Amino acid sequence: MNFNYENEKYNQIIRNKRSGMIEMQKKYLQWSLYLVGLVVLLVASVILSLSVGEMNLGFMDILSILRKGHESMEYTILCQIRFPRVLLGIAVGGALSLSGILLQGVYRNPLVEPYTLGISGGASLGVAFVIVFGLHQLVGSFMLPLAGFAGSFLIIFLVYTISTRNGRVNIQTMLLTGVMVSFIASSAMMLLMATTSSENLHGIIFWIMGSLDEPDMMLIYITLILAFVSLVVSYFFVQPLNALRLGEEKAKHLGINTDTVIKLLFLLASLLAGVSVAVAGVIGFVGLIIPHLMRLLVGSDYRILLISSFLSGSIFLVLSDVIARTIISPNELPIGVITGIAGGVVFLLMMSRSSIRSLNKSR
Amino acid sequence: MNNILVLQNLCCGYPKFQLSDINFNIPRSSFAGIIGPNGSGKTTLFRAITGTLGLKSGKILLSDKNLRSFSLRERAQNIAIVSQFIEAGDISVEDYVLMGRIPYHSRFNFFETDEDFEIAHKYMEMTDTWRFKDQLMSELSGGEQQLAGIARALTQQPQLLLLDEPTSHLDITHQVHILNVLQQLNQEMGLSVLMVIHDLNLASEYCDRLILVNKGKIHTQGPPEDVLTFQNIEDVYQTVIVTQNNPLSGKPAVFLASGKVINDLQMKRNETLSD
Repeated sequence: MNFNYENEKYNQIIRNKRSGMIEMQKKYLQWSLYLVGLVVLLVASVILSLSVGEMNLGFMDILSILRKGHESMEYTILCQIRFPRVLLGIAVGGALSLSGILLQGVYRNPLVEPYTLGISGGASLGVAFVIVFGLHQLVGSFMLPLAGFAGSFLIIFLVYTISTRNGRVNIQTMLLTGVMVSFIASSAMMLLMATTSSENLHGIIFWIMGSLDEPDMMLIYITLILAFVSLVVSYFFVQPLNALRLGEEKAKHLGINTDTVIKLLFLLASLLAGVSVAVAGVIGFVGLIIPHLMRLLVGSDYRILLISSFLSGSIFLVLSDVIARTIISPNELPIGVITGIAGGVVFLLMMSRSSIRSLNKSR
Repeated sequence: MNNILVLQNLCCGYPKFQLSDINFNIPRSSFAGIIGPNGSGKTTLFRAITGTLGLKSGKILLSDKNLRSFSLRERAQNIAIVSQFIEAGDISVEDYVLMGRIPYHSRFNFFETDEDFEIAHKYMEMTDTWRFKDQLMSELSGGEQQLAGIARALTQQPQLLLLDEPTSHLDITHQVHILNVLQQLNQEMGLSVLMVIHDLNLASEYCDRLILVNKGKIHTQGPPEDVLTFQNIEDVYQTVIVTQNNPLSGKPAVFLASGKVINDLQMKRNETLSD
């Protein structure tokens, strides 16, 4: 009797093992399908972005223009106007979205995004300060991004120091501190704006609304490289992030040094958001909705979530830029308007659909 | 090496609540329970052992080695913890159980190995959670979540399993089922189990060692027969009870009586005294 039981149990285990292998392959297969799908979408949106504009070019036209080389006007439009925008869209979209998913993972709070923590407030304040006091005319085009970056990091440093006690960061305090500090920063910026000339005012507002129009090729490359390197680095934290889904204490019980991990991820996310804001201005919502959509689509495992958030953030921003450039052509809408409206609407649609689905399921 | 866990002169706690002079040892392959009233320090003691709370003085030895010399990772390979509430949200049961392999993975180990799956599946089978491996953790009932928690803990292949009130908020079917699973693991695999438990009768029935905690100190410890005497329990819980042996197992069982019954008894006693 006893022996039979053992034997049956053993058989069961072997059977499970086999089906386990199939299950595992199924999961990884599904992940690679998601990846291929996203990469195809990204390539498609890049081609779309390259071909649409004041002058519409077909895919074949693009190829022949590139083959012909330097002389034509089309070549100049492609390589010096559209291509840098696409590159910056990929970099900033990916960076913001990755930053969002990392912060949501650390805080276990789906409402956190790079800007909730005061990063955009700090950057805007930095830029407003430089414009109001006319410092940007002294140093040149590099000055505004630099001011944005400095501003955002000053705020991050402040938030971080206030919420660290005895070498431990308190996540909840940090969140509240971030919200408060960003209120203070935006009020201070209002103060600057209220007291300055209308010319400066225009400059500040223009910068705050965000744009992928960046003349300095060097900055674009820096942002792109930084975004990709950060994506690779974030993969070193996949297991801690997965464990943190259970909460800080339980992740610790699984052998994760949560204090260190949280600090490093916070720094990485801030760097990504700070650089994005510095180069492209305040482009809201990408870091909030894209991670959400991806969670609904691919599930909560960070191994697939990180890369798919990055890719879909890039796709979203490249497409948003296409809309921003074409909808009231020849004028251009601020890209933040498009990301806010389009992103919000898509998100609401997804939410209502998924809540209907879960209602049906529970019935 | 006969003791899996030894606590020596342990002193720890919060500004307003302190545990002091905690001394006990848990022999390897035993099934031990920590009991005591609310606010007596059970959870604080538990948190000290899990490493969530720092020690003020004293030390904890795991297999004769100071727990302080263990890295978090080594700790997780040797001690697995099942919390009272699992709260794993939208993670599938199988993925959740597989997380028990994290302490064995290197940082660059992105994909589970065949061995990980084999181990996880074995313990899911043992805990009877294989049936709902594709469901989300949030879709399971409290008892099923607790079983999945135990499967995840076993997947860590620990020397010692710690459980924080595994049976509170469950009906008797699930209480007995979960404790039977633990008993079976204890008997068949020689797994050492230490759990915080509120229910004195379950503690008596399943544990071979009990540690009765009161007001931040150990009141009594030993086999259930020695700990669950009516003197000890009335002293610690300030409640009138009667103990009798369970007719099936012979273990002590604790009976309560309502206030009315106690009052009536007392009046009767007074009457006979005045007569």
